[in-house]
Amino acid sequence: MKILVPVKRVLDYNVKAKVKADGSGVDLANVKMSMNPFDEIALEEAIRLKEKGVAEEIIAVSIGVQQNQETLRTALAMGADRAILIVASTDVNVDIEPLTVSNLLAAIVKKEDPKLILCGKQAIDNDFNATAQMLSAKLDWPQATFASEIDLDKDNCKVTREIDGGLQTIKINLPAVVSVDLRLNEPRYASLPNIMKAKRKPLEEMKPEDLAVDISPRLKILETKEPETRASGIIVENVDELVEKIKKNAGRN
Amino acid sequence: MKILVIAEIHNGTLAEDQTSKTICAASELSTVDVLCASSNCDQAAKQLQSIEKVDTIKVIESELLSENLAESYSADLIELLKEYTHIFVPSSSFGKNLLPRIAGILDMMIVSDVSKIIETDTFERPIYAGNAIQRVQSKDKIKLVSIRTSNFNSAPSGGNAKIEKLSINIQNKISSWLENKVQDNDRPELTSAKVIVSGGRGVGSKENFAVIEKLADKLGAAVGASRAAVDSGFAPNDWQVGQTGKVVAPELYVAVGISGAIQHLAGMKDSKVIVAINKDEEAPIFQVADFGLVEDLFKAVPEIEKKL
Ligand SMILES: Cc1cc2nc3c(=O)[nH]c(=O)nc-3n(C[C@H](O)[C@H](O)[C@H](O)COP(=O)(O)OP(=O)(O)OC[C@H]3O[C@@H](n4cnc5c(N)ncnc54)[C@H](O)[C@@H]3O)c2cc1C
Repeated sequence: MKILVPVKRVLDYNVKAKVKADGSGVDLANVKMSMNPFDEIALEEAIRLKEKGVAEEIIAVSIGVQQNQETLRTALAMGADRAILIVASTDVNVDIEPLTVSNLLAAIVKKEDPKLILCGKQAIDNDFNATAQMLSAKLDWPQATFASEIDLDKDNCKVTREIDGGLQTIKINLPAVVSVDLRLNEPRYASLPNIMKAKRKPLEEMKPEDLAVDISPRLKILETKEPETRASGIIVENVDELVEKIKKNAGRN
Repeated sequence: MKILVIAEIHNGTLAEDQTSKTICAASELSTVDVLCASSNCDQAAKQLQSIEKVDTIKVIESELLSENLAESYSADLIELLKEYTHIFVPSSSFGKNLLPRIAGILDMMIVSDVSKIIETDTFERPIYAGNAIQRVQSKDKIKLVSIRTSNFNSAPSGGNAKIEKLSINIQNKISSWLENKVQDNDRPELTSAKVIVSGGRGVGSKENFAVIEKLADKLGAAVGASRAAVDSGFAPNDWQVGQTGKVVAPELYVAVGISGAIQHLAGMKDSKVIVAINKDEEAPIFQVADFGLVEDLFKAVPEIEKKL
């Protein structure tokens, strides 16, 4: 079985996003960028499926700028077999919309014919939470979002999903798209030998034109601003003081 | 302009808070139709009927819709959606699962997690775990919007909507529901509670979480948790508050043994009053807290509970 894993290059989750003073966006020049944490989890799951002998090949795909190569090298070092980079912009500040990403991925799927696509449930930069669902719609495949457990069979897949009320288990036919949540697994770090080996693994580069996909955005970003800040509070001296504050503010439910 | 709100219904039971707030948000633009798509909709449709600014309730009943598998939004149902200029859903796990699939079929973008409606085509939404607010204008023919319900009020009652039953062919041959594991408790829902007490890694174990729950019960509060607390098995997944958990904005949020990582703050910093209890005075949670207590939680929390 071939598994496709899309990976996004995002501002590292430990770095606090800074809004540019002119309102044009978040400052992404000279800051630490990493693989979207949810995509790491998706990739880890694919690697484990390969280690179990269920999957034969893992293809990592990244869409964005030339620098996404680094993200793909990380993916290869973790255990992907080969990588595809679609250079859709020359500007690191341009975020490719999930609709476009899903159109590009759908075109890759037509070529590569994977049986399973494992995606992160959301990118921690734009927080859209949309690519997996849009892609499955484009392919007319079933989707299982927010997976915390995946039980893969030959023709179908049982997925436990994290939903608002608790957990839901569904069964989907293959081929399918699964978007993963935080508790599915803990991704590994790439070892030094694997980082070296990754340099020799194939990384193919493409442009949206090669796939005949229109990448013009549907949303116009008018402004990016700072959120309102909270007025600073106080440190109380003792429990009694805090009890007073709690009593005052805890209107009954 | 023609607006449709998709009601969140689980096996015939209306998620009232989420749906009502979504209707309230959408009705800032105009009156709305509401789609009730589930297995048995009588009760839900009746509840929705009295909401102000609801014009028509469109009812579609099918067993295949009862557990909200997105694949059951099959061709004929999508045709119905095309009659509208706006489609709104709550930004809950229900809406997050469904709306982008509809968008993919329609080949349109979504505007998710909307915190403010500016104009018919312009919306504000938080990005980067709420560290920035983006104002976007949608150029798509149908605006597909999910609403961050913690930023909106419930819709007032006083309406008298029509109920229209549609017979639409629903199909789903590619996915099926197996089971739900939902824990019942008597506490209020996290997303609509007026008071929330949340515990983090500092609580230390599942058994110790009783300390948090006792305080919550004293306050009639819902219980929340940080990701670390959920990952460590102290609390179930549906208690997680944050960027990737639930977004809440109660009157009072009490964070206990939570450090205050940006991903956690993303889910609770719109709370009216924030109280933090942490033994580390440097913990970032104190930067957003209105009232902080630097103290060991095992000493402070039982004492607070007693004195309330
Ligand atoms: C992609 C991604 C998404 C994430 N999404 C979320 C999310 O939705 N929600 C979320 O919460 N996190 C999320 N996180 C995780 C987040 O980054 C933090 O790791 C997490 O919030 C930490 O939880 P915590 O504060 O309970 O634990 P810690 O950071 O370990 O803090 C524990 C705190 O408890 C205090 N403490 C310990 N013992 C005591 C005691 N006896 N008395 C008083 N205080 C004590 C300590 O001083 C410390 O401040 C996400 C992370 C990533 C990468």
